[in-house]
Amino acid sequence: MTDISLPQSQPSRPWISAAAVIVASGLYSWALLMAEETWQVLSLLVLAVVATGVAIKTGFVRRVERDWAASETRLNRLAFAVLIALILVLSGSHFALLMISTVLLYFVASLGLNIQFGFTGLVNFAGAAFFGAGAYTAAVLGNVLVIPPLLILLAGGLVAMAISLPLLIPIVRTTGHYAAVVTIAFGVLFRTFLEVNEILGGPQGLMVNSMKLFGWDFYNAPSLGNLEISFYLNYALLAAGLAALVFALFRRLERSWIGLHMDAVRLDETAAACFGISVKRTKILAFLLGNVILGVSGALYGMMISFIAPASFTFSDSLLLVSIVLLGGLGSPWGGAIAAAIVVLLPEKLQLLQEYRFLLFSILVMLVLLFRPEGILPRHLRNFFPNRRTDA
Amino acid sequence: MTGHLLEFRNVVKRFGGVTALDDFSMTLDQSEILGLIGPNGSGKTTSFNVLTGIYGPTEGQVFFEGQEITGADPRAVYEAGIVRTFQRSRLCLSLSIYDNIMIGDTSRLVRGLWSNLISRRRLEEQLDMTRRQARDLVATFSGHLADRMDQPVGALPMIERRRIEICRALISGPRLLLLDEPSAGMTHDETHQLMDDILDVRARGEGLSIIIVEHEMGVIERITDRCIVLSYGRKIAEGTYAEVAADSEVQNAYLGAD
Ligand SMILES: Nc1ncnc2c1ncn2[C@@H]1O[C@H](COP(=O)(O)OP(=O)(O)OP(=O)(O)O)[C@@H](O)[C@H]1O
Ligand SMILES: [Mg+2]
Repeated sequence: MTDISLPQSQPSRPWISAAAVIVASGLYSWALLMAEETWQVLSLLVLAVVATGVAIKTGFVRRVERDWAASETRLNRLAFAVLIALILVLSGSHFALLMISTVLLYFVASLGLNIQFGFTGLVNFAGAAFFGAGAYTAAVLGNVLVIPPLLILLAGGLVAMAISLPLLIPIVRTTGHYAAVVTIAFGVLFRTFLEVNEILGGPQGLMVNSMKLFGWDFYNAPSLGNLEISFYLNYALLAAGLAALVFALFRRLERSWIGLHMDAVRLDETAAACFGISVKRTKILAFLLGNVILGVSGALYGMMISFIAPASFTFSDSLLLVSIVLLGGLGSPWGGAIAAAIVVLLPEKLQLLQEYRFLLFSILVMLVLLFRPEGILPRHLRNFFPNRRTDA
Repeated sequence: MTGHLLEFRNVVKRFGGVTALDDFSMTLDQSEILGLIGPNGSGKTTSFNVLTGIYGPTEGQVFFEGQEITGADPRAVYEAGIVRTFQRSRLCLSLSIYDNIMIGDTSRLVRGLWSNLISRRRLEEQLDMTRRQARDLVATFSGHLADRMDQPVGALPMIERRRIEICRALISGPRLLLLDEPSAGMTHDETHQLMDDILDVRARGEGLSIIIVEHEMGVIERITDRCIVLSYGRKIAEGTYAEVAADSEVQNAYLGAD
């Protein structure tokens, strides 16, 4: 953390090591998604753990982070291109695309949570409720033909925001544990409400109509010659686009006055107020914005899995979202992406170990937090102008 | 109407059974440097906390530039032009030097989501300008840090943090600066330098007033126009440093406290 000195002589292409990491991650994801035997999955896991350990110990991670910071835009674009390539390569596999899309949407949701928790210090243990509110909005509005489905995504976000309004009172007035408990209660209440509500399908839940974009129904598999393509390709691509968009907004937020003030409020409310920062306004903004993002990702998720029920949006799902934020590192978007992949993929990929898979998963979470208490990729210092070489 | 910049009128502040400020009245004029001294627990920090809106006073009134600001919230006090440092430094340790100082300048910023996230031209101009100001201030107070503005404040020694805190307070171009033991932990020479730097910044602007709480009497003697001595929350003496230092009640208060 204290080592911030730049290398004396810059190599001609300083981003090359970071680029290699991105491509390697793409290949690794492909291998992991294709692995079917348990021994393959386990070997890949061991490989990842060992490689990460070595990379941390040898200082490679630090170097990649530094190079990344120096050529950020270029590397972000490469990461997006690799993601799209991965999706296209796997376009024949329902399962792989469903996994990728789920990871991406959980990642988007975690960005919303990160604005609240990572930036502003507001704990939200009802993340799954706001995600679910988006999904239920998609189910209800999806039947209304006149509403363009892209607007339904936005509506999902707005409904999630609207139901979170009553929580603003405890969020603004109290700090720490009390507000956390209130969000837990809210999550439970939300689920109970869904279960007893006949119009929303009760415990059985609802069907959700698929996404339609410019007349194209996402339920259809795109066709390309004789290639067999899964209809999930539509969702994977849209989820990738949404992730890129929200990621860009997240970064812009971090590098704005609002983002700076969120940090100030999290770290010292009293001092922040003494310098003219409105603690209330900052918290309200963070909470509502985070919930909009949770709702939007939930709406697309609902359309994708096409059937939703109260049991998909429980307290443990909220905990899962919080654990993504903690595992990734508070306020760290790339950490969140890696953590989302771990949290979503591991239990799925270890199906065969059945009852042991959650045990394994929990052990992994504990190990990460034991050895990297600040998360997999701790957040960096803010860089307001990433594309400038030096400060004049 | 009073012509003073700041006035405390019969302010009382009680914490349960403790009376931290007891019928405290004082005035401060434009451009004046006032020393606030007194033994430990005599209410110096409390007077800052009441003034900056961290606590409302139990009784009494506070006026700034003729306006009553009794019980105003910290934000309103900041907007009126009053800034402070804290006795126990309160910086954001995980943030950079830049960030910490930039937090001090919040008055005329673009506020909306649109101009912060989408259409960012004005935002970037403001960021640029504030960063430049932050850097200039650091160059004055801590020259060697001016090229290391991206360092986390937590990596700095305590005395550097105190300087950063003063930069954060000064960046908004305030009317009144409240310094709560700014030189704690510094050597004699460092303290001397710090005071010179503060006076230097003050000379560049027009009419910054300062209230300084300080245990180092040499500092008080050198830079203040006037002093107020507190003991158990009561004002026991007021005048130039030489006058209050000669006051027998003041001598007793200090001896009694030690
Ligand atoms: N928040 C609080 N709650 C209860 N008592 C308080 C609080 N703040 C201050 N006090 C009490 O008020 C009295 C004055 O405290 P204050 O901090 O203003 O003294 P001070 O003159 O700044 O002392 P020092 O030189 O030690 O900083 C003390 O008895 C202190 O214990
Ligand atoms: Mg004090």
